Amino acid sequence: MRDLLDEALAGVSARPTRLVLTTLGTVLGIAALVGTVGLGQTAAGQITQRFDLAAATRVVVQPDDKAEGEAATQLPWDAPERIKRLNGVDAAGTFSLLDVGDDRVRSVAGIGGQKDGYALQVMAGSAGLFDAVRAQLRTGRFFDAGHDTRTDRVVVLGKHAAEKLGINRVDSQPAVFIGDQAYTVIGILDGVSGRAELLDGVIMPNGAAKTAYELEAPDALEIRTQVGAAQLIAGQAPVAIDPNNPSALKVDAPPVQGGVRKGVESDLNALFLLLGAVALLVGGLGIANVTLLSVLERVSEIGLRRALGAARRHVAVQFLVESVIVGFLGGLLGTAVGVLLTIGVSWFRDWTPILDTGLAVGSPLLGALIGLLAGTYPAWKASAIQPITALRGT
Amino acid sequence: MTTDAARLGGVATAVALPAPVVEMIGVRRFFPGPPEVRAIKGIDLTIREGEYLSIVGPSGSGKSTLLHLLGLLDNPSDGVYRLDGVDTSSLRERRRAVLRGERIGFVFQSFHLLDHRTVLENVALSMVYVGVPRRERMARARVALERVGLAHRMEFGPRTLSGGERQRVAIARALVAEPSLLLADEPTGNLDSANAEAILEVFDELHAEGMTLAVITHDDHVSRRAQRQVRIVDGTLQW
Repeated sequence: MRDLLDEALAGVSARPTRLVLTTLGTVLGIAALVGTVGLGQTAAGQITQRFDLAAATRVVVQPDDKAEGEAATQLPWDAPERIKRLNGVDAAGTFSLLDVGDDRVRSVAGIGGQKDGYALQVMAGSAGLFDAVRAQLRTGRFFDAGHDTRTDRVVVLGKHAAEKLGINRVDSQPAVFIGDQAYTVIGILDGVSGRAELLDGVIMPNGAAKTAYELEAPDALEIRTQVGAAQLIAGQAPVAIDPNNPSALKVDAPPVQGGVRKGVESDLNALFLLLGAVALLVGGLGIANVTLLSVLERVSEIGLRRALGAARRHVAVQFLVESVIVGFLGGLLGTAVGVLLTIGVSWFRDWTPILDTGLAVGSPLLGALIGLLAGTYPAWKASAIQPITALRGT
Repeated sequence: MTTDAARLGGVATAVALPAPVVEMIGVRRFFPGPPEVRAIKGIDLTIREGEYLSIVGPSGSGKSTLLHLLGLLDNPSDGVYRLDGVDTSSLRERRRAVLRGERIGFVFQSFHLLDHRTVLENVALSMVYVGVPRRERMARARVALERVGLAHRMEFGPRTLSGGERQRVAIARALVAEPSLLLADEPTGNLDSANAEAILEVFDELHAEGMTLAVITHDDHVSRRAQRQVRIVDGTLQW
């Protein structure tokens, strides 16, 4: 057995240039496989990471509309404070859509085409709302708990609302009128990760909303949890907010990890695997081709071995082992190339490379298997060569 | 059997004949056509231990076919071939391969050395398939190379050697497995006269040491060096 391996190794290494060219197909195939699967996994990882940050940490609590009669409940004003006591909550804030009747929003009374103002949505929130939805400011500042308690008439504008109203700076303390009440604009939102309607609205502190529009209770509580804590918080939130009647609260939480994400990943991977398989098929055909060529070239060697007492089986196994070695080497090189490719692209795109260890270990073996399959026909062909024919030539 | 009788009755006869290595009785080899080729048309041949026999004949006389039959590279269509007393016609391919590796050493006209292996490895190769342990193979290959005067070329590649040296490597390879019969097919065909002479001298030495040799050639000069000559014409032997 050891001798067969030695003979096969010697046979393979006799023509180094050819060895390199022969492995090339497998190298490319395995590299394509490892690279595409690696990049697929990496990319899927990135998609889910982004997905996670936006959605997987968001929990929303609302009164349950379907709750009947007395059971109907309202969110307490101190819901954010109660929720923040839970371990795993990063930020929380209330959100309410205000019923402003026919009140329209104008920036400065009586200016040109916006004399009648715009029917913008007016909203109210607690100071923690902005943090809870990961709001980013274009300019100015958010309102804080001070504005809230003092019932200051200040607003933060969503960026679309600000564009309509023609406000792009806040350093001159511009005012907007909601109905006939003036409010000072202190900030303009640039983006949010949840509750996108904030970008279209005019947001005032709860204090001002209570005074101006007699807001009785918040519509919803926005909670931003730590990564992975959303499920836990979703379970605890109703009890923390309303211990007497937790079932009257409706909690929206991200789906449990897995499910959707796995589906997407397996779709991607199936496509990539198919690509890799095609490349491998080409690589295997390459090995088969070159091994067959090598058999024809080494007819006299085969004849000699037979004359020296090799049975047909010995000859077949030698060529089989040779092509397995070629396949394995190709697999090894291809795996290295594929891993480097994954790491390189990840580095370039600033991703975290993700690669299955099973893939890295299994790929060279897959190469060997391809070598085995590719070598079967040439090996059989070699073993069928009659020593007489082989030795008759020069 | 007359030969057995001769051996058993060795005390009675004046000279006890050595045991036969090769016994061919009524061997024929036809290649199915069309047209059918009757390469060997019935040969009786005995080669005894220590004999140096040459088989000479023009091309097309069937001498290559006879060589293949003798070397167990081919099977007779008809007749009996016993090698060292073993009837080979009933053997299966695998067993014949083993017998071939153990009992017959081949020397070819075109040397058939592996270019990518060293001289030493080429010689050791003939012991791979007969199950000689690795370490012993190398030691024996060295001894065989020393015997043919190539101790200084062991680690060289065959391509760096002259034709005569290559054929000596091939002879070393044929001898190292200690065969019963050394079978040479036009061993000097690719060599100049000086190198050919050197090879024939090696054969003489081997004969003197008791090796059984069968040399197949078309060259009368080579043929005459043998102790006994047979001529093959049209698939039959002429004495």
